[in-house]
Amino acid sequence: MTRISAFPKIVIAATLVYTSGITTAQSARDQISIVGSSTVYPFATVVAEKFGQTSRHKTPKIESTGSGGGMKLFCNGIGVEHPDITNSSRRIKKGEFESCAENGVTEIIEVLIGYDGITLSNSIDADLFELTREDIFLALAKEVPDPAGGDELVENPYQQWSDVNPELPEIDIEVIGPPPTSGTRDAFVELAMEGGCKSVASIAALKESDSQKFKEVCHTIREDGAFIEAGENDNLIVQKLEANPDALGIFGFSFLEQNSDLVQPSYIDGFEPTFESIADGSYPISRPLYFYVKKAHIGVIPGIDEFLAEFTSEGAWGEEGYLTDKGMIPLADDIREKSAASIAAFETMTMD
Amino acid sequence: MNNDSLESTSEAIPPETTMVSDTTEKVRKSLGRRYAREKRFKLFGVIAITASLSFLAVLIISITIRGLPAFKQTFLNLDVTLDADTLDLGENPDQDALRKANYNGAIKNSLLELFPDVKKRKEKKALYKFVSNGGQYDLQAKVMADPTLIGQTINVWLPVGDDASGYLRGHIDTSVPEKKRRFKNNQITWIEELRADNKVQTKFNRTFFSRGDSREPEMAGIKGSLFGSILTLMVTLVLSFPIAVATAIYLEEFAPKNRWTDIIEVNINNLAAVPSIVFGLLGLAIFINFFNLPRSAPIVGGLVLSLMTLPTIIISARAALKSVPPSIRDAALGLGASNLQVVFHHVLPLAMPGILTGTIIGMAQALGETAPLLMIGMVAFIVDVPNALTDPATVLPVQIFQWADLPEKGFVEKTSAAIMVLLGVLIAMNAIAVLLRRKFERKW
Repeated sequence: MTRISAFPKIVIAATLVYTSGITTAQSARDQISIVGSSTVYPFATVVAEKFGQTSRHKTPKIESTGSGGGMKLFCNGIGVEHPDITNSSRRIKKGEFESCAENGVTEIIEVLIGYDGITLSNSIDADLFELTREDIFLALAKEVPDPAGGDELVENPYQQWSDVNPELPEIDIEVIGPPPTSGTRDAFVELAMEGGCKSVASIAALKESDSQKFKEVCHTIREDGAFIEAGENDNLIVQKLEANPDALGIFGFSFLEQNSDLVQPSYIDGFEPTFESIADGSYPISRPLYFYVKKAHIGVIPGIDEFLAEFTSEGAWGEEGYLTDKGMIPLADDIREKSAASIAAFETMTMD
Repeated sequence: MNNDSLESTSEAIPPETTMVSDTTEKVRKSLGRRYAREKRFKLFGVIAITASLSFLAVLIISITIRGLPAFKQTFLNLDVTLDADTLDLGENPDQDALRKANYNGAIKNSLLELFPDVKKRKEKKALYKFVSNGGQYDLQAKVMADPTLIGQTINVWLPVGDDASGYLRGHIDTSVPEKKRRFKNNQITWIEELRADNKVQTKFNRTFFSRGDSREPEMAGIKGSLFGSILTLMVTLVLSFPIAVATAIYLEEFAPKNRWTDIIEVNINNLAAVPSIVFGLLGLAIFINFFNLPRSAPIVGGLVLSLMTLPTIIISARAALKSVPPSIRDAALGLGASNLQVVFHHVLPLAMPGILTGTIIGMAQALGETAPLLMIGMVAFIVDVPNALTDPATVLPVQIFQWADLPEKGFVEKTSAAIMVLLGVLIAMNAIAVLLRRKFERKW
């Protein structure tokens, strides 16, 4: 009897204690809150940890919500309940910028931190692939120009790589890649597929006449089993490639670096993905990594300015910095220098 | 034996009752098939159980094999000279300066001292990777605790970097051509030299239990997520247990049986089957957006998880109350106890073991949940160990999920080790449930 009647008291006491705690926690936040892309996450977390260890401030909290989800949270408004920074593996869209402005988030500092290469790799026990973006498009698109001739689009008939390009090996097309919700998939479709699409004359003509259709043709991946969706986990794709030497896998450059004893990257348009070829843009499939900062929060949430300084220091994003150790491709020297200066002055972005 | 008895009855039947003997004939004919069917069924049962047991064994064995190395950590012995110049420290440095000092530089110098022949930039870089990025934080902690160390040379054991510790544990296949290997031939020569000098040692990995998350596998620990789990479950228990028990008692002992209570009952059963992510969405809309509770906080996690566990506990508590025999109630009422007294003095104590079992199972379920926490921001990189219900926190299963997604190989074993810890906690919770049942259960 006594034990049971004690419960309501505990509940009331607990509620009182915690509600008082919550109100103070809400009125002032002393920790930077970061949301956004899962591609930038492995890099942002390193900087956050270093920042937490070497400054008076707490280690920032980083949620991996995806670029779009992060932007939505970021643009919800100004104030401690909204995140201060969002990471993105693409540039902010016009619509997002406008919705930000509608909610009072007008002054945004844009930081381009570097690049991430996307590789098409297979097991090191298999033959090396030398692909062009056109090969990738023809092998993976849902609809391709009729191989028998003519401009007609047909359901992708290619079963083996050698059907696409006689120089490629005679093995079944089998590509393991991320699902449509992933930023890696978006970038792959946009850079590799659309890049290849443009070199097919009949479809390139479509871009002028019917850009909607052009996008649909270039961005739609076949669904007949040649492309296998493997979930967001890149480690899983590497494991699958190890087990199946006939398959190719799509994943980020940092995973290739860590697993160079298990997988090898295919050459694309004649270039192997390396630090150098991605940095100078000769390797065609790479995407920019950004983060966006609310200027209004600088000075309100302690430490944002120092966090920016840490992220844009040579020791972090420089050519010898610790971010490159984690597989990020740095910007060119002069660009880095220029943007570090503009970021230090808290220059806000404009959408053109 | 059945066959014998059937035969003997058929013989005993007189010839004029041929109809009966026809039936027994039929029965006898079908008998073989019926026994075979039973045998087949038993066989299928045994196969099903063996299959599931072997799957479980494969799972546990593979996780243990992969996870066990994570409980050990490799350290490198270094003489680090902490002179103010290398550390970038001026005269009388304050705490801030000590925090920012260049400890990595000091570590790099001491590594170069060990191998004076290493001159080329690329070789130097390869050598620096022997000490984990986290090593500088160990030095930092030492110096900040005792600033008089500046200017001295100290002998320290620092954690070995990811690739080197992978090699020392035999995870790197040296037959792979050097170009493809992350750990190069010259690195192997150096580390073997260090090993021969007794400068490499493997110790119990205390870091794994004493630190929060980190991006360096050598520095990553589960303390942060374990505390997050404990705080979250505490809120869940404090909220869901009393509410669920009170609901169960009212519905079972006091509520009139009418359409309304029927509707409530159906809804409780339905709630138990709602996918957990829905509770996460609800938590986001109500607790965070409406009540303005902080994101990523254990209090919100606990609230969401208690919504999820409430139906489970209510259902098991009602079943436990129902199983108390009516004779107990009748006897107490007959002796003049009020309804409330009957329930609280007799029925509830007798039902308690069953209620507690249900509660523990509900808690175990809540412990393993990640989906609803995704919506309320508890899937996040959080380094500091949470101390209060409003501190940002994450929980064990989320930590496992995040480590599984990182490129560094060291996180593979960390992932498995964290799974082992989570499984350990779950088994302990279920064992408590079984013990409670054994100890207090009463049979009538």
